[in-house]
Amino acid sequence: MFKTFLIKYGEIGIKGKNRYLFEDALVRQIRRALEPVDGEFQVYREQGRIYIDSDGLYDFEETVEALQRVFGIVGICPVMKVEDKGLEELGNDVIEFLSTVYDMKEQTFKVDTRRARKDYPIDSMEVNAYLGGRILDAFPGVSVDVHKPELMVHVEIREKIYIYSKIIPGPGGMPVGTNGKAMLLLSGGIDSPVAGYMISKRGVKLDATYFHAPPYTSERAKQKVVDLAKLVARYCGPIDLHVVNFTDIQLYIYDKCPHDELTIIMRRYMMKIAEHFANETKCLSLVTGESIGQVASQTMQSLAATNEVCTMPVFRPLIGFDKQDIVDIAQKIGTYETSILPFEDCCTIFVAKHPVTKPNRNAIKRSEQKLAEKIDELVQTAIETTETIRIE
Amino acid sequence: MEAYLDNSATTRCLESVKDIVVKTMMEDYGNPSSRHRKGVEAERYLKEARETIAATMKVSEKEIFFTSGGTESNNWALIGAALANRRAGNHIITSAIEHAAVIQPMMYLEKLGFCVTYLPVDGQGHVSLEDLKAALCQETILVSIMYVNNEMGAVEPIEEIGKIVKGYRPDILFHVDAIQAYGKYRIYPKRLGIDLLSVSGHKIHGPKGTGFLFVKEKTKIRPLILGGGQQRGMRSGTDNVPGIAGLGVAAGEAYQNFDKKVGHMYELKHRMSKGLCKLPEVTLNSDDGESSAPHIVSASFRGVRSEVLLHALEDRGIYVSSGSACSSNKKLPVSTVLKEIHLERELLETTLRFSFCEQTTVEEIDYCLEALGELLPVLRRYTRH
Repeated sequence: MFKTFLIKYGEIGIKGKNRYLFEDALVRQIRRALEPVDGEFQVYREQGRIYIDSDGLYDFEETVEALQRVFGIVGICPVMKVEDKGLEELGNDVIEFLSTVYDMKEQTFKVDTRRARKDYPIDSMEVNAYLGGRILDAFPGVSVDVHKPELMVHVEIREKIYIYSKIIPGPGGMPVGTNGKAMLLLSGGIDSPVAGYMISKRGVKLDATYFHAPPYTSERAKQKVVDLAKLVARYCGPIDLHVVNFTDIQLYIYDKCPHDELTIIMRRYMMKIAEHFANETKCLSLVTGESIGQVASQTMQSLAATNEVCTMPVFRPLIGFDKQDIVDIAQKIGTYETSILPFEDCCTIFVAKHPVTKPNRNAIKRSEQKLAEKIDELVQTAIETTETIRIE
Repeated sequence: MEAYLDNSATTRCLESVKDIVVKTMMEDYGNPSSRHRKGVEAERYLKEARETIAATMKVSEKEIFFTSGGTESNNWALIGAALANRRAGNHIITSAIEHAAVIQPMMYLEKLGFCVTYLPVDGQGHVSLEDLKAALCQETILVSIMYVNNEMGAVEPIEEIGKIVKGYRPDILFHVDAIQAYGKYRIYPKRLGIDLLSVSGHKIHGPKGTGFLFVKEKTKIRPLILGGGQQRGMRSGTDNVPGIAGLGVAAGEAYQNFDKKVGHMYELKHRMSKGLCKLPEVTLNSDDGESSAPHIVSASFRGVRSEVLLHALEDRGIYVSSGSACSSNKKLPVSTVLKEIHLERELLETTLRFSFCEQTTVEEIDYCLEALGELLPVLRRYTRH
């Protein structure tokens, strides 16, 4: 019965003259999200609303799921669209609609009519009153409550008449592509895919950088990161994933620097390399999954030490999150199961038993001077040999 | 250069196997259960495969039942036999170093109320016959022991076990998981007192998803897969004609020029074992000699995690397993068999398995040894602190 969805969006409404840019982006993202769904869909804007029509057969559940991954959507309303055949016929349609969707027993309700077509002969208040009466007659237990109704029955009179009452929540946020692009440092863990999701929710497109350390990390570990990127791409759209071979840099640091500083120094080089690709691909920021104090390399001192090697802003959307909060989101967005597959990632392979938790930045810089001989060359080689994988 | 030294995980199909698989997929694709000519044609392939396989073990073709592979054969043999003989008793004996495809069904049977004894093994991975004798009791209905251990190539004393079991009481069923042994040993179930024997196709250059269970005539066993009544109602499901035809060809080939092939594999094993012993801090877990399987060498490399060494070898085109490939996906891939033989804790996670087939060359072995010689010192330099 639902051939149409009405899409509600939130923050876009307040963007003034740029509003059309946001709406166009949202329409684009909706079309993209519906591409893999079975069925033919028409997505269009009309009088400050976005509608999706599907005249043929389509999978309702799958469609709703796909729409729930489009940032910018606040609510998805399945709509019954009927021809205007007079008020009495409209009453019948509303009753049919309610009896199919709800088990109308003792609910309170309110009818809210909007007359977008002003040449409709009866005004909204009258339509409300008439339909309210019809509903009261049809379902003996129900009553009207105009202040806090349990059911809000929306009727919109346009070329055709739209009846809806359910609002399925969307993910919120802003349409991807309206706030530029960022470079995500993607590991195989739980946090970084969530960080990508969070940033992307603010309308940001993503690229990603992954550090691969064969033979210490396996092909399967890399495959896992590709799989994670695919899961994140369901929300944020295509991702260019840069796979950097980090082994030689890591071993060189191991040879030259104190082992308890290994992770910090390593992460500083990761940031530098990620920033290089970010500049190359016109990203405006770096994104990591760090949260204060989670591990030794995420104390404030450590974050300061890794932060200072970049000039680009580094966003850490999970900075104040507890692990469990992050896990909850990972489960919600479907990345958790993949993240916990037991493959080693390059941050843990040589990790010291007691890594520094309060690195002294001057000491770190002194240690890095020991790398002077070869490090630039190694970084250059790593950049040149990086493999870029397009994740759709 | 490439060296595929993971033949205990799986093998490459033979050309002749591929040809018959393609033929039965594209030309003679009938369903053996169909009444028409296409069905009869297809049935001929089953008959031929059954005859070939039966001949390799000197058993009747009526005693061969096709399955989807080693795991199904083991599951069926154990669960099917235990359930069919429940009235005679509820005690089952196996070893502690069996493959998961035996251990898991055993644990399932325990949940159903059966009592399972897991025999320990010695430093060479052999079960002790004294332990077996002590474990047998009036309630015992089934004994299941593997022929060749998949991780270290140890060969169990099947003939003696058969004698002890049948000597204790002839109606105790004896199942042998011969998945790593078939094609490497001449196995004659009737002489060995074996009632049930599991074999997998893809370990002998046949297709994956194929295998069989030998079931001695008059053995009490229940079918696990019910349906259209194929294979005399013992294993329903449309016969996998391409797979079975391929398995038949592979089984036949396995016993052609048998002694020469086995001799070649023993030479490879010796060369590999000798080469490994020359490398510093390497412990050989498998026996170098004819007392263990011809195609498996297990070694531990002190101070080098097997995962890392495996990937470093892979980088040079050398493919091996850490522990057993089937158990590598678990969270803690610590091998039971290696634990059972009391390998030092430190060595457990540093163990690789090299496994050969008759097509493996001396050059591949030498290439692998050379690579190990170069990689080990480098990998030992970089470790976790």
